[in-house]
Amino acid sequence: MRDVVITGVGLVSCAGEGLETHLAALAAAGAPNTDTASFEPFQVHPVVPLEWDRQIPKKADQRQMEAWQKLGCYAAGLALDAAGAKEDAALKSRMQLIVAAGGGERDYAVDGQILTGLRTAENPGVFLNERLMSDLRPTLFLAQLSNLLAGNISIVHGVTGASRTFMGEESSGVDALRIARERIASGQDDIFLVGGAYNAERPDVLLIYEMGGFHWKKPYRSVWERPAEGGGMILGSGACFLVLESREHAASRGAKPLASLAGIASDRSRRQPGSVEKALHGLAQQLRARPEAVISGATGVQGITEEERAALKDIAPEAAVHATADLIGHTIEAQAPAGVALAAGLIAQGKAAEALVTSVGHWRGEGAIRLTKA
Amino acid sequence: MRDTQGRPLVAVTGMGVVTSIGQGKDDTWAALTAGRSGIHRINRFPTEGLRTTIAGTIDDVTVEPFCAPMLSERLAMLAAEEAVGQSGLAPADFPGALFMAVPPVEMEWPQREALAEASGQTGEITYKDLLKAAGTGRFKAWHDLFIFGTVADRVADRFGTKGSPISLSTACSSGATAIQLGVEAIRRGETDAALCIGTDGSVNPESLIRFSLLSALSTQNENPEAASKPFSKNRDGFVMGEGGAALVLENAEKARARGARILGYVLGCGEKGDGFHRTRSSPDGMPAITAIRQALEDAGLVPEDIDYINAHGTSTPENDKMEAMSCTAVFGERMASLPISSNKSMIGHTLTAAGAVEAVMSLMTIATGRIPPTINYQVPDPSIPLDVVPNVARDAKVNYVLSNSFGFGGQNTCLVFGAEPKGA
Repeated sequence: MRDVVITGVGLVSCAGEGLETHLAALAAAGAPNTDTASFEPFQVHPVVPLEWDRQIPKKADQRQMEAWQKLGCYAAGLALDAAGAKEDAALKSRMQLIVAAGGGERDYAVDGQILTGLRTAENPGVFLNERLMSDLRPTLFLAQLSNLLAGNISIVHGVTGASRTFMGEESSGVDALRIARERIASGQDDIFLVGGAYNAERPDVLLIYEMGGFHWKKPYRSVWERPAEGGGMILGSGACFLVLESREHAASRGAKPLASLAGIASDRSRRQPGSVEKALHGLAQQLRARPEAVISGATGVQGITEEERAALKDIAPEAAVHATADLIGHTIEAQAPAGVALAAGLIAQGKAAEALVTSVGHWRGEGAIRLTKA
Repeated sequence: MRDTQGRPLVAVTGMGVVTSIGQGKDDTWAALTAGRSGIHRINRFPTEGLRTTIAGTIDDVTVEPFCAPMLSERLAMLAAEEAVGQSGLAPADFPGALFMAVPPVEMEWPQREALAEASGQTGEITYKDLLKAAGTGRFKAWHDLFIFGTVADRVADRFGTKGSPISLSTACSSGATAIQLGVEAIRRGETDAALCIGTDGSVNPESLIRFSLLSALSTQNENPEAASKPFSKNRDGFVMGEGGAALVLENAEKARARGARILGYVLGCGEKGDGFHRTRSSPDGMPAITAIRQALEDAGLVPEDIDYINAHGTSTPENDKMEAMSCTAVFGERMASLPISSNKSMIGHTLTAAGAVEAVMSLMTIATGRIPPTINYQVPDPSIPLDVVPNVARDAKVNYVLSNSFGFGGQNTCLVFGAEPKGA
């Protein structure tokens, strides 16, 4: 089996742009920027303003994308730059792509108008047809479609080996990394671009998680402190992409690895009290993890957050534990890639020889990723 | 039992399918080879004001509440029950991974309306009102229903598949990608068995209108059964269909050791991205050509080995022209006489499920020695001089089949199936 290394990171969030900025913010350990006004009583961690032109040069392309796709496309460009791959068209034409994605977004004004009209419409079904036919922008569909983040990355950045889009909330981020790593390790492919993007600043996703009762609505607290007061998560807007390749492939093109992706494990426990703690023990054991640093994907949701804390005390009693959500908020599909980016950064800085990234989904799915010195 | 590259051979030991022309693979196959169409007028919702009023919906499978994730889940369950049942593997303790192509889901209009009503708002409704209603806790179950991982999670639960289930989308090639992921996992030795599913039950007003606004759908509503006419000169778009298909893939050596009946082999997979345009493919056809060549090479075959092509054949002007051109580039002069037919002429385009549905039909073609036709082929397109197996099924010895799947977003995925590996 071949070693798999990380040679490029592209990361944007409320903490800023780029890996260095995020590592500095992680070290500073301040509270993340929080927007409590726009969606009151909900709060989100809004992504910093970005100069889209720097990674998505054509305005026509920008217009074809909604925010989540633009964020992902932008971060993908940063990752390609960081890996020294951006200008190598031949390399990008055989680079494989796995994107962890949800979907969306909607035209909120149109939705509201239709719902208002439906109440008094003589024939609601016909009214719905007529309004959707006349009010939906044809291109909005493509801006909603899950696999079109990958499609846009192919168009904007020329990454055209082949793309696959994984869905399924937090787990999709872990499994995207896992499958990419396995394909490189087994020799099937040499180089991948893997990541995800999330736009939290939109009422339709707030709605989904509000139905499930998952939002933290009190003043900002660290994810670890929230369970004692009922628990909950704060969604964050952001994106993270990583360039993964075999050690030999990186060496052959003179790319410097940040860290080695030593192992990835994921599973689904049928959740009940204790199952997350048990699952994390099992995953850490499977990976033979001895981390000096932990980048946790903890959400702040009651029950599972305390279980993760307890498991980490056993797995890594000496390790510094950072929660990605305390830096960038919870970015669902992008959270595991972001955690891996931070862990790789810490290892590259010499702050840890080995790191463990955890992913305990807010509702289902557990995963762990072990990184070591390159 | 290894292939020419030393990888474990991947056998198919179970198949299941449900479409608008039949529940179960035998019913579907009988209808498909009889040239029967499942396209009909939509009764599920009012169609006044729509440009397209026909589809291949599956109306005899009922779910509550009716919505795309519920119907997609049910279709997947039906197909998987048939497939796992045929394989003889434990029905609730499947010894391998789940790879599942599912349509992207989101909350639908009936749910939005219910939230709007529960909000008590009598004036103009905004998302603020929906959020207020959501906060009552009365709609908790809809969180689970409308997040992306739920359909696969429920299938994983029901069949006891191992590990983290993969939910995936590569648009209209998703079903083929699910199979490809299963093949790769078995070849890497991560698992000896994989349950690969494609499912799509998403014919609802908004999804139909979205495709309609992209001018992708046929508007030949007068005679629904005749609307999907792949490769014909008067084709004008695809017809949405619903379906579910499941394949049990196994390490062939392990399958044989346990005495399983091998239905055929997945010999090769190929894929290639296209950065030309969001909905159109590169004018030179290179990505599709590359995907076909890769699939053949991966299978250890040369173009001359292929006996039949199960086409993507959507009946859109663009796809059918591009597919014909790409196939001709790979198969050369032989393409004029190499049978190629489109199941979508009868089933419609089952979108996320299509690659899996057509994989099952490809394997049925090999097993029965009968090639399903392309129906509604009355007006040949002179720019597509192919043997589309017009209108009537044909008997032929078929050892190797190429199945094409292409999708929005530059997705091109091709699979090669065989009765036996070459040289066996």
